[in-house]
Amino acid sequence: MDLSAINPVLLLASLMVAATPILLAALGELVVEKSGVLNLGVEGMMIIGAVTGFIVAVESGSAATGFVMAAVGGAALSMIFAVLTQYLLSNQVATGLALTLFGLGFSALLGQGYVGIRAPAVPDLDIPLLSGIPFVGPVLFQHDLMVYFSLALVAAVWAFLKYTRAGLILRAVGESHDSAHALGYKVVRIRIAAIAFGGACAGLGGAYLSLVRVPQWTEGMTAGAGWIALAIVVFASWKAGRVLIGAYLFGGIAVLQLNLQAAGVAVPVEILSMSPYLITILVLVIISADRSRVALNAPASLGRVFHASS
Amino acid sequence: MIRLEKRPEPSRVWTAATPVLAVVATMIAGGIMFALLGKDPVAAIRLIFWDPLFDEQFASFSRPQLLVKAGPLILIAIGLSLGFRAGIWNIGAEGQYIIGAVCGAGFALAFFPSESWLIFPGMVIVGMLGGWAWAMIPAILKTRFNTNEILVSLLLVYVAENILASVSLGLLRNPEGAGFPGSRNLRNWEATSNQELIAGTGMHWGVVAAFVAVIFAYILLNRHITGFNIRVAGQSPRAARFSGVDPNRLIVFCLGLSGALAGLAGIFEAAGPAGQISIDFNVGYGFTAIIVAFLGRLHPVGILLAGLLMALTYIGGELSQFMLGIPAAAIQAFQGMLLFFLLAGDVLTNFRVRFGRTRAA
Repeated sequence: MDLSAINPVLLLASLMVAATPILLAALGELVVEKSGVLNLGVEGMMIIGAVTGFIVAVESGSAATGFVMAAVGGAALSMIFAVLTQYLLSNQVATGLALTLFGLGFSALLGQGYVGIRAPAVPDLDIPLLSGIPFVGPVLFQHDLMVYFSLALVAAVWAFLKYTRAGLILRAVGESHDSAHALGYKVVRIRIAAIAFGGACAGLGGAYLSLVRVPQWTEGMTAGAGWIALAIVVFASWKAGRVLIGAYLFGGIAVLQLNLQAAGVAVPVEILSMSPYLITILVLVIISADRSRVALNAPASLGRVFHASS
Repeated sequence: MIRLEKRPEPSRVWTAATPVLAVVATMIAGGIMFALLGKDPVAAIRLIFWDPLFDEQFASFSRPQLLVKAGPLILIAIGLSLGFRAGIWNIGAEGQYIIGAVCGAGFALAFFPSESWLIFPGMVIVGMLGGWAWAMIPAILKTRFNTNEILVSLLLVYVAENILASVSLGLLRNPEGAGFPGSRNLRNWEATSNQELIAGTGMHWGVVAAFVAVIFAYILLNRHITGFNIRVAGQSPRAARFSGVDPNRLIVFCLGLSGALAGLAGIFEAAGPAGQISIDFNVGYGFTAIIVAFLGRLHPVGILLAGLLMALTYIGGELSQFMLGIPAAAIQAFQGMLLFFLLAGDVLTNFRVRFGRTRAA
């Protein structure tokens, strides 16, 4: 065992990379849940994003096009969920599960000929001056554009929900769809827009996995990242800033356990690889144990079917 | 204008008709998908739904496989359906299936090479308890700490997969296996072998257990107070609380039962068709069983039929992979699509479609 082999600068820098896919997916799901819809299909949308992003990037040679199409792909898949739950009034839990099962199968089908290929590289930005600062520079200022995009998105989602009129309407729909409907807001349309945003974010997160983090395509490569994103939304008590904390905490654990594996710590590899899931469960328990806090923060209409009777 | 009017109670006709419609719609959509993959759609659909049962060349091999594959699916889906009816979502059956198999096999292998007849029943019971205990984790976290059982049960699947990898490389590895991962072969060992009971049918103890579970669930739901409580809790949680149903006991009961049945399916699979514990032991029965439960309308007899149909798509999928080079993943997408059509069709069960303008109230 050689713990000195773990370089703290590299550790913190790769923490940000590891956290980005989950941060993106969790932010999308946060907006969806704020509108009162529970979409359990995050895992399916992420993997569809991963495969479309990878295929488009390989075929076009441009990672940027890959990311754009991954967002489109994730949003397209989420529209199946939107039509089923919003127009055909199906059960959201069951439909979300169907989305995940379908996404996992369909992505494997799409990605058949792309196993073992390398994706075009995503360049790191290397921001002048700032990246030269010792320690802080390599940790914070030498990442690719998507890392900074995800951070900007945190701020944007936070500001949107807190300060804009549209954000207020979205929250109203999530708290009481009947009241929002009575006030004349188009509940179904607003929710579909939120679901599409969630799908696009999950797609981006998936593409970040297949284009930057791994960067390869393998079947089932999201490995529960979508479910962890769902857990992080609960952990964050439906607040954008805390989603950032949750995702980076999780990224830290994921990177640390990989580093410990590499350093040959005397803990079985399997225990280290299951640790992110165990810690997610533990965090969920701690957050949920305080019943009043969850009850106060969860959108009141979350998961309920909206059917305008008149 | 088209509008939906809530039915006072779900239509019985549509409840039975939607699964059939969903299967037909999936065949059409699946055919389109195969055509896009550059395969002959009619041949592919025929190969999946018809040839495994009636083709002279394949049927002798495929027919027994039907029960082999339907057994675990039905067993797991029966357990899940009880929880789903009560609004308790156990989606980690895959993990409970793995842990059941690992616990049962671990118990049996501890006695190797004894030939006592007690080992088989002991192994089955330990396997069942393993699945039960694994499902108790989300149940207790839900009742004690109000933790979401959907997320916990699902995350535990990944933990279970790591445990499976660990034991098949370490604790349970066959000492005479020349270093290959995987346990001793349980099927070749007299004391644990879960053999075909009637030659040529594929019937093994797991399939018997599945049939027993169907009958048990039918009686429970229709003739027993617990079944009544489950149905009330699902349809109206408030009414259930007023009539004195303890939601926590229901959670523990439903999750425990579905875990035990999933564990049972796991150990029968490990001792029979799979033969051993190895890294790739689980093949997604726990997830497909979710589709089976919905396709069977959460009704025991429906699940029996749905399980057989899903088993058919598994076998037909393997066949079309072999004959037409259709990728294995196509079947998974196919099964997911089936669930979409089913959920879409449910609108007709719960709502009446009205055409024309809204009348003033």
